[in-house]
Amino acid sequence: MNLKVKVNFSVLKETNWYEYATRFLIGGGITAFAGIVAKKFGPTVGGLFLAFPAIFPASATLIEKHEKEKKEKASVNPGFRGQIAVALDAAGATMGALGLIVFAALTWLLLPDHETWVVLLGSTIVWFIGSVAIWRIVAGSGRRRCVEERHRSA
Amino acid sequence: MVGEILIRVAVGGAMVSGFALLGDVIKPKRFAGLFGAAPSVALASLLLAVKTQGRIYAAIEARSMVAGAIAFFVYAYSVYWVSVRYRTTALVATLSHLAIWVVVAFGFWLVWLKG
Repeated sequence: MNLKVKVNFSVLKETNWYEYATRFLIGGGITAFAGIVAKKFGPTVGGLFLAFPAIFPASATLIEKHEKEKKEKASVNPGFRGQIAVALDAAGATMGALGLIVFAALTWLLLPDHETWVVLLGSTIVWFIGSVAIWRIVAGSGRRRCVEERHRSA
Repeated sequence: MVGEILIRVAVGGAMVSGFALLGDVIKPKRFAGLFGAAPSVALASLLLAVKTQGRIYAAIEARSMVAGAIAFFVYAYSVYWVSVRYRTTALVATLSHLAIWVVVAFGFWLVWLKG
């Protein structure tokens, strides 16, 4: 399993303007929706939607589409490549969601007595570091398993 | 009211797009997937909530967000599981499982938050 993180800006060219617009509108829409729900039913109901998987369906559909297009361009049968890419993305989101639980708990406990920007920035940093740590543990254990299996079969 | 909605759309849209772009350019895919659960909507909403309603109100929202985030975890894992096990398309897997998020989130609301 690959533990090296790379940045590839050429991927941005594969995405159309309407795909960016869709994400913007979905993200903005759910933020507005959460606000309206909080106004109508109170912050305890509205707060639930702060962790609504708003952008995940759009992103996963995009990933599947791009993976299929890449294989078709190379005249290769895409098979289940799109679904595998979506599964990997969902696995990452699962680890990110654990970080999101910590983000929410920290914000809940610290916001009443501390500066807003300090709490939100700090919680975001903890979300990122926590999610990456979980990812490294899971990816590392996967790599160890692969090496052990290779040793056994050799 | 309309003005506030437009501000929410603009701030939320910008936050979500920013985190989604990060997820696009980063590899490997499993790492990029972390950004699918970024606190983008939360940051936009909490900032606006503090500005308009105060910090206590925003903290109450954050407490409920703990339940929403647990529901997100269950949702993302179920999408992962169904994609691996049944090779369903992204659209079917991600949209049909939103019901799981609703059940888990409102389940927590019923037993923990509704007071």
